[in-house]
Amino acid sequence: MAMKFEKKGEGLYYLDVLGYVCPHPQIYAKKALEKIAKGDVLEMVFDNPSSAESVGAMCEANGIEIIEKKKEGSTFVWKIKKP
Amino acid sequence: MEVKMEAWEQKNKKRMFGVVGFLSLATVVTYLMNDYYVYIAAYVWFGVVYGMCLQYGRFCFSSAFRDLFAVGVPRMVVGIMIAMIFFAFVSSFVTATNMSTFHAAPVGYFMIIAGFIFGVGMVFAGGCASGSLYKTGEGSGAAMLVLLSISITQSVFVAIRGNWVNKLVPQSWHDSAVSKGLPAVIKVGDGWMDQYLAGYVWNHPNITFARMFGFPDESVFGAFVLNTFVGVILPAALVLVWVYLVWVRKGFLKKRMAAGQGTGFGANLAGYWSMITASKRTALAGLVLGIAAGFHMFVMKGLQVKFGVQNFGELMQRMGHTFGLTVNGTVFDPGYWYVTTQEAQWIGWITQKIGIENMDNIFFGLTNGIPNPLFNPADWMTIGLLAGAMIMALAHNEFKWKKPTMELAFWAILGGFFMGIGSRLALGCNVGAFFIRVSNGNPSGWLFGIGMVGGAFLGVKIFNWYTERKMAKEMEAF
Repeated sequence: MAMKFEKKGEGLYYLDVLGYVCPHPQIYAKKALEKIAKGDVLEMVFDNPSSAESVGAMCEANGIEIIEKKKEGSTFVWKIKKP
Repeated sequence: MEVKMEAWEQKNKKRMFGVVGFLSLATVVTYLMNDYYVYIAAYVWFGVVYGMCLQYGRFCFSSAFRDLFAVGVPRMVVGIMIAMIFFAFVSSFVTATNMSTFHAAPVGYFMIIAGFIFGVGMVFAGGCASGSLYKTGEGSGAAMLVLLSISITQSVFVAIRGNWVNKLVPQSWHDSAVSKGLPAVIKVGDGWMDQYLAGYVWNHPNITFARMFGFPDESVFGAFVLNTFVGVILPAALVLVWVYLVWVRKGFLKKRMAAGQGTGFGANLAGYWSMITASKRTALAGLVLGIAAGFHMFVMKGLQVKFGVQNFGELMQRMGHTFGLTVNGTVFDPGYWYVTTQEAQWIGWITQKIGIENMDNIFFGLTNGIPNPLFNPADWMTIGLLAGAMIMALAHNEFKWKKPTMELAFWAILGGFFMGIGSRLALGCNVGAFFIRVSNGNPSGWLFGIGMVGGAFLGVKIFNWYTERKMAKEMEAF
């Protein structure tokens, strides 16, 4: 399954990198956050545990808020707000 | 849905106990068969500890500089430096008491080239050699392909012979290789890898920081001051200062300024410390890994002393297993954590069994052998590592079989290929050629590390270009 980056609504974007291993999810997350506008929300879906550590650290270091962290089975669903 | 989740979590717990039970049973049963098997059991259980630490800390050497360059995350560089400092500290005690199994590798600029090739490969593959192992334990099909690719590449690379490769060998390497007087069964004058090893690599000095300054490794000054402080703690602290100044400082001070706090020297110290403790998981994994790796050497040396041997091959002979021993009657028995050599041995053993002769090269025939995987101690360390990662992943409900897509399979095979070449040129991977060597005061490890960082930088550049193209395509829709 290929990656998906979609606009879901006004100010809401969806990044699906299920099945991808390092470094794809974290690189796509960084690029998606660069591309959306300030105040927009990125919903990111992934299942590579080590990417959770990297994306979390990247957001923490740059003052980016992860407004929701859900885990459905082994799938991570995170909502990230661009400051 | 919730009931389903609970059942799944219960199943994971059962599977976890199943893995622990299997290894425990195998340990007891083999010990009852022959107490020499405790030697293999030691490798297995240290492998389990490594696997658990790697999975818990998401400890992948590949992500160290890759995530730093790609997304500005320093957690893994920190984790690795912590692991090396603790490993070096334990190792200096082990060395000073003459209980070390470490053998310094040749030091030369070829290590930088080898590290570079390896570094590109680990970024492509999505994990280093040890990282791909723990990710295989998490159920990743892509990581399995990486392992397969590393294993096949190595076993083919060391055995390639013929005029077309001999033409690439400088005459000086050839002359030097044939003058080494190796046993006649080893065709040292034929093939690139053998002549590279015997005619070039072996001509470099096997030195440590202690020996560079004229002190034996076993001396207190040599072990603690030169090999550990000068060779590991000082450079590791400098690497971390560099990472702090380039990647962390600006963001940290910005946050402090926003909170109305000072930005002087004290603030920078606080920032440095916050970088070290930012990922507790990774830092803790590094600490345990470092201590375990040092203790592992002590235990293996202890078992060698107990059984009066220097290599497991001698115990195999006592038990009547002689297939796959080297011309010296030995097998690959590093005495510490290693990853790639045993992966090449799996394939080497299979190819020998299907009738392809490969015991006439240095890698298989002279230094490592191709024992039956059932009696291969380093192989069992790898199985232990896989099991340890699986235990940890199951305990945290992170285990999932994941079939790789064609896209990931391509990167996995390509990355594994480069890692296979790089690790043979360096006589080890991110563990055997970097982590172990650096922590034991062998400058060869830092040279490999420099190359690995350069390779990671190039790998990230390529990946940035590749992902940018895919993002642009997706964004055409909006």
